[in-house]
Amino acid sequence: MHSMGALSNGDGGISGASAREGFKAAWPICVGYFPTGLAFGVLAQQAGIHPLAVGLMSLVVFAGSSQFIAVSMLNSGAAVMSIVLTTFVVNLRHVLMSSSLAIHLRGLSRKFLIAFAFGVTDECFAVNTTRFRLGGWRSDQAILVNYISWFAWVGSTVLGGYAGEFIPKGSFGIDYALSALFLCLLAFQLHGSIYAVTAVIAGFLSLGLSFLISGNGYIVLASVVAATLGLILRKYFARRKTAHVEE
Amino acid sequence: MLKSEYLLLVAGMGLVTYIPRWFPLFFLTRRPMALWLAEWLDLIPAAIFGALIFPDLFTTGEPLHLDFFQTKSLVAIPTFIFAWRTQSLGGTVILGMLLYWAANKFL
Repeated sequence: MHSMGALSNGDGGISGASAREGFKAAWPICVGYFPTGLAFGVLAQQAGIHPLAVGLMSLVVFAGSSQFIAVSMLNSGAAVMSIVLTTFVVNLRHVLMSSSLAIHLRGLSRKFLIAFAFGVTDECFAVNTTRFRLGGWRSDQAILVNYISWFAWVGSTVLGGYAGEFIPKGSFGIDYALSALFLCLLAFQLHGSIYAVTAVIAGFLSLGLSFLISGNGYIVLASVVAATLGLILRKYFARRKTAHVEE
Repeated sequence: MLKSEYLLLVAGMGLVTYIPRWFPLFFLTRRPMALWLAEWLDLIPAAIFGALIFPDLFTTGEPLHLDFFQTKSLVAIPTFIFAWRTQSLGGTVILGMLLYWAANKFL
């Protein structure tokens, strides 16, 4: 066992081997971010935002889907305040992700949590939560995954801003990168039938609600309701099982 | 858009994105967590990714409408099976892009 105390308080000590593990876990996120970031850079540049300004947004915000939405809102002349509010609603789902990660990050320093929170994106969350569940995953490796991904996101969006005009729209299936990423992240979460049932309930709820609620609020609502139903189902079947055993 | 306005936008977006990510980490890592909450949070990842992917795969167009049999959703089947079998994020992204590109080109 490594000297956990020194490593996990975010003071920067990390061994070569565990850093390599961090990179190994992060590279698929980078592969997913690269085309997405390029696409974002292209779109933002076409909306008249300078590549470096694009990079600044990625650097400060680090939330892909809301950045896409922000640029399209900018394009249609929306006010700053309404874009910020939309961003808030779209990214509210991260409350759930951070809550879920909190189980694995107990007893860490405030400083570490402040630095860690910045990188709780959908993708980093999914990879880290999967690794934590498998066991042996450490907080320093988790935060490394966050910041490698951040680096890839900023880099690819700036690159997209500069080189984007040379990439024809829809080439190489770029449009599908994010969908494929989410599909795989979903596959990672299915540890048993109750998880699959919860995911399907959430999916259909979200699908239905997406027609009723504007913005991305339906994602949060559908997730909360589905997880609650999933928990009720799990309790119900657990009780029936013990009842059977008692018979 | 004016420069200062853009900076304001970026700062505002950064703030409203960061706070929801930080808040639960700050409060939930300090005190002991109720069992039901831990069990509920355990189901949240599956729920979120279900909620994110379904509208993406099964709706299309402007105005938005349902379409269960579009290229996006059909390509999702082999992509998902691959993801499930290999548990490889990088491989899945590349395969998904390749299949989607091929489907648009040849079908």
